[in-house]
Amino acid sequence: MTGLWVAVVVAAVGSYLTKLAGLSLPGSVLTHPRVQRVAAFLPVSMLAALVAVQLFDGGQRHSVDWRTLAGMAAAVVALLLRRGLLVVFLIAVAVTAGLRLLT
Amino acid sequence: MTAAAARGAAARRPVLRAAVGIGVYAAAFGASFGAVATGSGLSVGQAMVLSLVMFSGASQFAFTGVAAAGGSAVAAVAAALLLGLRNAFYGVSLSRLLAPRGSARLWTAHFVIDETTAMAVAQPDRDLQRYAFWSTGLILCTLWQLGTLGGALAGSAVDPSDLGLDAAAPAVFLALLWPALRRREARWVALAGAVVALALVPVAPQGVPVLAAAGVAVLAGLRPGAVASPEAAS
Repeated sequence: MTGLWVAVVVAAVGSYLTKLAGLSLPGSVLTHPRVQRVAAFLPVSMLAALVAVQLFDGGQRHSVDWRTLAGMAAAVVALLLRRGLLVVFLIAVAVTAGLRLLT
Repeated sequence: MTAAAARGAAARRPVLRAAVGIGVYAAAFGASFGAVATGSGLSVGQAMVLSLVMFSGASQFAFTGVAAAGGSAVAAVAAALLLGLRNAFYGVSLSRLLAPRGSARLWTAHFVIDETTAMAVAQPDRDLQRYAFWSTGLILCTLWQLGTLGGALAGSAVDPSDLGLDAAAPAVFLALLWPALRRREARWVALAGAVVALALVPVAPQGVPVLAAAGVAVLAGLRPGAVASPEAAS
């Protein structure tokens, strides 16, 4: 458990220092077009990877729970209907929980 | 009250209303983070330290996701920090708008996140920009903490999979990713990131697949030739 605590503190302080660096570094470093492109792509590729890994590898390697997938499918429908993050979240959770209750 | 001051107060009202709206939303989002965090093995204290100090929703979910799946501490830290890198770029715009000097920079930095940046840059003048940044930041931060605490206490009391919370984190990630997918280039980057990560799942230690996806972003960004105007995903 101590290892997890160290990770929590390091990640949290690192997150703060990232924000501080943005306010403090000379703008020219961070406004370079290549740097900006990498920064814009980082959340895109990482969030996509997180979705994929969590769905198809939910803790146990390559075991997929169809109820979680159904919840995600409902989330996609909500996104296509232009619902906000919170509604999408609630729908995914409710559908998954509902199916688990019924099956 | 002078005419100018009255105008200023009138202009601030809709900003404050929007800030309160964002805050209410943050309370609910924070509650879901708290529930997912304790549901996946973090203590209430750890969830609170993440909300209080890390204070960046996507990074907090990423840290929890990688750590909970059994990823190494290093992988969890790296995933959270890489995902939070966009906050540094918000700082570049905000330091122009807010011009924090000296020690003011130290506490301003904590509030540099998606929502405060979006609210500040949307305002027409310096005074409103500052007002939007601080009202959004302080309200959101307060409600984010309260939401996290409530969710964390609730999440440690029930079985998370009964509540369907295993679908929560992927749904949040997908919703955060969604607006960026309007751009064709971003769709390719997202697809490549997901494919690379899935391909590595059977062979690499937990957490590494997500970091490898970061490599995809670096390659795509440094690719010679294409220089489009970047827009950060949430």
